[in-house]
Amino acid sequence: MSAKGAGNEGKIETVEGHPLDHILRQDRLPHIWCPGCGLGSAMTCFAQAIERVDIPLKKQVLLSGIGCTGRIAGYVNVDSYHTTHGRAIPFATGLKIANPELCVTVFSGDGDLFAIGGNHFLHAARRNVDINVICVNNFNYGMTGGQQGPTTPVEAKTTTTRYGSFEHPFNLPYLAAAIGAVYVSRWTTLHCRHLEKSMEKALQKKGFTFIEIVSPCPTGFGRPNKLGEGLEELRYYREKSVIKNDASWDEMDLHMRGEEPIVVGDFLDTEKPTYLELEEQMLRKRGFMK
Amino acid sequence: MKAVLTGSHFMLGDIACAEGALAAGCNFFGGYPITPATETAERMALRLPQVGGHYIQMEDEIASLAAVLGASCAGAKAMTATSGPGFSLMQENIGLGIVTETPCVIVNVQRGGPSTGLPTLAGQADMMQAKWGSHGDYEAIAYVPNSCQEMFDFTIKAFNTAEKYRQPVFVMADEIIGHMTERVVIPGPKKIKLVSRKRPKGKKNYLPFKPDKDLIPPMALAGEGYGIHITGLTHDARGYPVIDEETQHEMVTRLIEKIRRHAPKIWEFEEVETEDADIVVVSYGAASRSAGRAVNIARKEGIKAGLMRLITAWPFPEKRIKELAESAKAFVVPEINMGQISREVERFASGRVLSVTHAGGGMLSPEAVLQKIKEVAK
Repeated sequence: MSAKGAGNEGKIETVEGHPLDHILRQDRLPHIWCPGCGLGSAMTCFAQAIERVDIPLKKQVLLSGIGCTGRIAGYVNVDSYHTTHGRAIPFATGLKIANPELCVTVFSGDGDLFAIGGNHFLHAARRNVDINVICVNNFNYGMTGGQQGPTTPVEAKTTTTRYGSFEHPFNLPYLAAAIGAVYVSRWTTLHCRHLEKSMEKALQKKGFTFIEIVSPCPTGFGRPNKLGEGLEELRYYREKSVIKNDASWDEMDLHMRGEEPIVVGDFLDTEKPTYLELEEQMLRKRGFMK
Repeated sequence: MKAVLTGSHFMLGDIACAEGALAAGCNFFGGYPITPATETAERMALRLPQVGGHYIQMEDEIASLAAVLGASCAGAKAMTATSGPGFSLMQENIGLGIVTETPCVIVNVQRGGPSTGLPTLAGQADMMQAKWGSHGDYEAIAYVPNSCQEMFDFTIKAFNTAEKYRQPVFVMADEIIGHMTERVVIPGPKKIKLVSRKRPKGKKNYLPFKPDKDLIPPMALAGEGYGIHITGLTHDARGYPVIDEETQHEMVTRLIEKIRRHAPKIWEFEEVETEDADIVVVSYGAASRSAGRAVNIARKEGIKAGLMRLITAWPFPEKRIKELAESAKAFVVPEINMGQISREVERFASGRVLSVTHAGGGMLSPEAVLQKIKEVAK
């Protein structure tokens, strides 16, 4: 890919490539995401992170389920698996156990991971399988046309909550920490540097890690909820986001309206043996491994 | 501990299935306990760590098959074992296994249904679910054992066929076979023929879904540096999603043809006294034991009956049914369901096809089969 930019003295400067070109499948671009969508930023942060960490790209595996975020697996130039709706986590579990040398990341949306896939998220975190789960939370089912999802805030309008949602949404960092994740963080797509750092950390950390990315979906969520286009939603993030690493769990609820803040940060970073480490420990104890 | 327990054993069908898997090189089991298939999972939980493999008990059957597919993509010979309700939950990921051409083995020890049905009692009523359960068009491959020895032997066959044709393969057992104990002879490891999936010859020009002349593409694994993209969406040879009519036609046709073209090599059956048979009894699994006895008695009574026992139910050995139909005047199809494979026989037999049905919960009796044979012989 080459991009052209105008120099400030009328000179035309040609850039031969982008530093991240080799990490994307250029023959699949342009992507299918809507203008103003946060997925491009989320993917760029991930591309930066997988390049920066000291893990060869050929050992990186990216998985996803279904939906807009699910398409990320097809754009990043590492071994990637686009699986059935909600089932990327158990697929990743099998893959990681069968080849523990792989660095396995599941990158999917709030609907995929927490509605149809909710149970798998719980159990993978409980087992502390050494995989990374990154959730792009745009508060709705984008690809299917902006329906309510498990993170849709109370009162929010979607194509299936015409009178405002009357379901309590998930507080994802709280959930992840409660069920056993060893690393939990949340950023918006505006917090690119923080997000990249979190991703780098997650990729290198042993055990089940979780990152939530609050992301604009102007088409499905922004417009009906008067958050405006992508840029306006980013402006909203800038005004409302508060970095608070030691936030209490109830402070992390996302309301996405009024004066309520969007609390972001690195909420949890702890250690405990992974699924494979415990398996090995048990087998050693019983003399099945030297 | 050895992977292959060479010798003669008195063994439960479900355990023989697990031992067959280990002999076939299985090193990953992802499953969820369900009667009457639980003993296979329990045996794998005991045995896999002894041979350097992994057993994981997943949160449900959907996750089980997802984990099995993931493990297979990382290079494992992977399997799961379940019964009807679990098999129903696996159907969506069976489709993923078909479309991504991921080899694995799914054992279904059938019980009575629908729904929770008869957890501890026999059925053979998932035969059509094995063929048509997942959405979309595909060709299924299913083995139907009728003894503990065959639980061992056919599980090996299932692994080999799955690896060869790169798709999920079923062992459609039933509660009677799963829960009976019989002599099982396990040969030496060198006597067991093993097949492994075709692998790419090099990275140059490799496309994950570009088939060779036999319609089977070589399979690259995760972490080998191929940078593959694998999707459940309709895809081209690169594995990239292409959502149009042409690509769909090309992909589905190849997936179907991959099995149909090789069907004569895949289908297996066993025949007893069919050469001059007026009445051919077509049966499989537990029911075929009663069918065999009925045919013996009928012969003693002067009725020209023969038995065609299915070893593969899918692909259905239609060619042989057509051949037999040239001389036989009727087919009798006993099975522990309300007539599933019977309809398949009907499609290819020109003469009369009579079903011997049993709703499940027990063994179909030889008398019921004999009665039907006599009815036709009149």
